[in-house]
Amino acid sequence: MRTPLSLAALLAALLVAGPLMPSWLVFLLTVAFAKGLVVLGLLVMMRAGLVSFGQGLYYGLGAYAAGLATNLLGVTDAIALVALGGVVSAASGYVLGFVMARYREIFFAMLSLALSMILYGILVRSAALGSTDGFNLPPPSFFGFAFDGQTSRLLVYALTTVVAIGSAMALHRFINSPAGVIGEAILTNEIRVEYLGTSVTGVLHLTYVIGATTAGVGGALIAIAAGHIDPDLAYWTTSGEFVFVAILSGIGHVAAPLLGTAVFEAVRSFAFQYSPYTWQMVVGISMLAVILFLPAGLWSLFARRYRAGGAA
Amino acid sequence: MSHVLIIDAANVVGSRPDGWWKDRAGAARRLHERLLVADTSYDEIVLVLVTYAAFLVFEDLIKLIWGVDPYFAYQPYELLGRVLIGGIGFAVYDVGLFGLAIVIGVAAWWALERTRSGKLLRAVIHDREISTAMGINVARMFTATFVIGAMLGALGGAITAPAISVVPGIGVDVIVLAFAVSVIGGLGSVAGAAVGALVVGLARACAVHFLPEVELFVIYAVMAVVLAFRPQGLFGRPAVRKI
Amino acid sequence: MNAPLIAARGLCKRFGAVVAADNVTVEIAPGETVGIIGANGAGKTTFVNMVTGYLKPDEGVILFRGAEITRMPPREVTRLGIRRSFQVAQLFPNLSVRDNVLVALACTEQTRPTPTAILRTSARLAKANEILARIGVDGLADRPTPELSQGQRKLLDIALAMVGRSSVLLLDEPTSGISAQEKLPLMDLVMEAVAAESAAVLFVEHDMEVIERYAPRVIAFYEGRVIADGTPLAVLADSDVKRYVVGAELHRRAEGVRA
Repeated sequence: MRTPLSLAALLAALLVAGPLMPSWLVFLLTVAFAKGLVVLGLLVMMRAGLVSFGQGLYYGLGAYAAGLATNLLGVTDAIALVALGGVVSAASGYVLGFVMARYREIFFAMLSLALSMILYGILVRSAALGSTDGFNLPPPSFFGFAFDGQTSRLLVYALTTVVAIGSAMALHRFINSPAGVIGEAILTNEIRVEYLGTSVTGVLHLTYVIGATTAGVGGALIAIAAGHIDPDLAYWTTSGEFVFVAILSGIGHVAAPLLGTAVFEAVRSFAFQYSPYTWQMVVGISMLAVILFLPAGLWSLFARRYRAGGAA
Repeated sequence: MSHVLIIDAANVVGSRPDGWWKDRAGAARRLHERLLVADTSYDEIVLVLVTYAAFLVFEDLIKLIWGVDPYFAYQPYELLGRVLIGGIGFAVYDVGLFGLAIVIGVAAWWALERTRSGKLLRAVIHDREISTAMGINVARMFTATFVIGAMLGALGGAITAPAISVVPGIGVDVIVLAFAVSVIGGLGSVAGAAVGALVVGLARACAVHFLPEVELFVIYAVMAVVLAFRPQGLFGRPAVRKI
Repeated sequence: MNAPLIAARGLCKRFGAVVAADNVTVEIAPGETVGIIGANGAGKTTFVNMVTGYLKPDEGVILFRGAEITRMPPREVTRLGIRRSFQVAQLFPNLSVRDNVLVALACTEQTRPTPTAILRTSARLAKANEILARIGVDGLADRPTPELSQGQRKLLDIALAMVGRSSVLLLDEPTSGISAQEKLPLMDLVMEAVAAESAAVLFVEHDMEVIERYAPRVIAFYEGRVIADGTPLAVLADSDVKRYVVGAELHRRAEGVRA
């Protein structure tokens, strides 16, 4: 199969290029891939029809899990923190999935939003967690060693890139697995899937947990990369942004979310840098431009109806 | 030349690295074929994207035009004064808002249920393809509906302005409230929207009065509870598929 | 003892003022082939929907090998080996024709779909291609299902229902939408596969030629009631059936053919 090879090549290229890139680019890509993980999870979910406007819940859970582990338990190993973020969000996703897997379309979207906003409310009201200001994280360690600023940032970049592309490879396998393709079947004809003897809620539950886990891992990574967390990670506009980037990137290929998030973050950073008072407008106009002038290019949007058999 | 460029760009975005570039003309032809097969009619997801992009643009436009300082439009409250109903004092403006909401609600219901255009719209919502086959201009219906929705939104903002401090960003909070009301009330039901709005408003007011800490939660809690017992909303019609 | 494989007793179902099932009692023996006839709206599809768990009867019970399955959902009914095809082909329009079959194969082979294995294994692909070739759509295997003709969609729908072993196969109007010269070959194909599994078959049909040719037993519905149950000759001679289902003209022609 070609995709795992191309992704591996991409990973190698990104890792090699890391030390050669200016530090603003290293940071941009770290943030982009951390967020890209959330969008990757959305890709898997949206292919099965689950459009979640509440991924911020797991993004926030992962971030706060990492932050609290660092500040309360003294854990600074980056890999441990990322694993913790993943485990916490996977477990929460598993529990909440029993409820969430029973809803569809806008009801699923609103319920997911509601859950994330409940977390937001809790975080904001919690003075111990810094309320709206949140709190900072000390720099991470790797295998027991602490590194200076530049090296540390490169290592975080490397970790994020490995995790992001590794997840993309794993999820590429998922979307070509029975569970993945049955998820696509569920999107258009749930009843037929039930009549084939397979539990729809079972498959959707699994898909939901996958989305939750990648979002939690992304959250832990962003906490480490930014060195700061606050409740905005769980706010619905954060979740909404993930959905929009997912739609803009396309859900036809696992590389799309990573690429799309990188582009989106780049546009946003440059917009903010060069027109700090109108950066939102710049991003909005760019989005409109993509939507309106490259309609054939957003093929994966219209291609919800058909995706050719076989993986690339 | 420009045509080839555009189709190439179209082939790139959202494409797979499966070697299509070796036969660009063929790829262009295949893309064209797939587009013919695809349902190229209006897609809801595109609307969501466009609305969000427009929202971003407007947010900054507002800041550019009106600045970031809050505006206060308390004059209607001052001029209209207060009135005693059942021993409790109410601002005349608020009572007027109540009346206006009822008028608009009834008008919306009447437009949907009793007019020809309303029936056409309901047909379009039910089955877009058959509606087109029957000669209904679906695109115009959607545009008109969107415009009416936007107008109602703007009207809501305008009449709320005197009651709040008008700052950039008030649009953000109301989006979630509006969706919560729709989901609680059930999609496609005017009565549902009315009941949903009342439920949300009362829940919020109670929360603010009795337990201010839960004000942020209460709407979501109400939504979660309603959806747990009636997954399609209070007035929503459960869709049972005929097979 | 010859216990019935499927026993539906006293099934009643109303949709508002419409009586879709009125005290319906039907018993099917293992390996039996039964044709179901009736005018549109007589309650045939409702019967199939109730037996397969999509609708819950207001009254009555449904037994499979003596155990009650009245309130079982379609998924579990399928797992018991009771499979069905649909009046309007139920396919996955966002997947290719081959992927539709692959999904059916995966669903049948695994109780829980695995997230780590590959769907398109060479074994499954071979099986899928074989199925597609047998129903004659292998040329369109990579195309999305909306590109199939109505008849081909029906064939695919039946093929999906026949993936996996069944003890009871319910086919809802299997030959509707299929051209006259292809009806009999399709039914031959179905009955051949069914015989290999010794499954019981119930098929709802409007085409009396198909009924007479393949169904040694016929059940006639009218307004939610069973109005006749027996050999094709007996049922088609029944005066109620003549009046409400077949029409006197058709029966006269059928008699002429047989005479």
